[in-house]
Amino acid sequence: MILPFTLVQLALACLVGLVCVALGLAGRKPNDLTVLSLGLVELLLLAQLVVAIVAPLAGNAPTGNPVEFWAYLIAAVVIPPLAIVWALVERTRWSNVVLGAAAFAVAVMVWRMEQIWSVQLA
Amino acid sequence: MSAQSRTRASGVGRVLVAVYAILAIAALGRSIFQIVDRFEEAPIAFSLSAVAAVVYVLATVALAAGWDRLAWVTISFELAGVLLVGTLSVAAPQLLGLDDANPFGREATVWSAFGAGYLFVPLVLPVLGILWLRARARSEASA
Repeated sequence: MILPFTLVQLALACLVGLVCVALGLAGRKPNDLTVLSLGLVELLLLAQLVVAIVAPLAGNAPTGNPVEFWAYLIAAVVIPPLAIVWALVERTRWSNVVLGAAAFAVAVMVWRMEQIWSVQLA
Repeated sequence: MSAQSRTRASGVGRVLVAVYAILAIAALGRSIFQIVDRFEEAPIAFSLSAVAAVVYVLATVALAAGWDRLAWVTISFELAGVLLVGTLSVAAPQLLGLDDANPFGREATVWSAFGAGYLFVPLVLPVLGILWLRARARSEASA
């Protein structure tokens, strides 16, 4: 993994999480902003997927267990689409909270992935 | 109970189910991996973690299906677990067979340091769950 990219991804996921939860609690239903912001989170995860495949070939291999790393990455990639489907099916304010929760879950998982990749015995 | 308050209550309930589902998968996945990969490092902590994960799965199913009694039992168990194990993990990690109290480390579990590695969701969620179950029981009693 590439730390600056991970940090950008982490900041974005936290921001998206805050905005979606705030809008949901404020009574807004899911709209283009909240649904597409989860799409952006997903896009960066797919970029991370490419990084995780290419980086070891360039000499930047995970220091931790690769199986554990990939379990987190695959699970993280699946979360935003599920949340988006949820928001499209159930068009209530609470779906925005679900979108936000999904973004926070991705943020935590990305952080764990960075630890497994770069911190010895993480 | 008006139609609107019913929608609202079930809406919040759906959020609880969604967050419980994420936590259940996170806890289950992690504890399975830790048990397969490094069980001998901290057998007590990892076993507790597996128990917690199974209870989270049960709680998710109970909330989603509306089985209130099972929801009460599992959610109360979680609250007790996160308070007890969280306290032990900070005050006396060696009792759990842990080297340190780091909630983000390779031996960290869902209840370590009151769930700090999971944004304290394991601490907050059972409280919200109990409040929600109480509110719903009350609104059903008055309906």
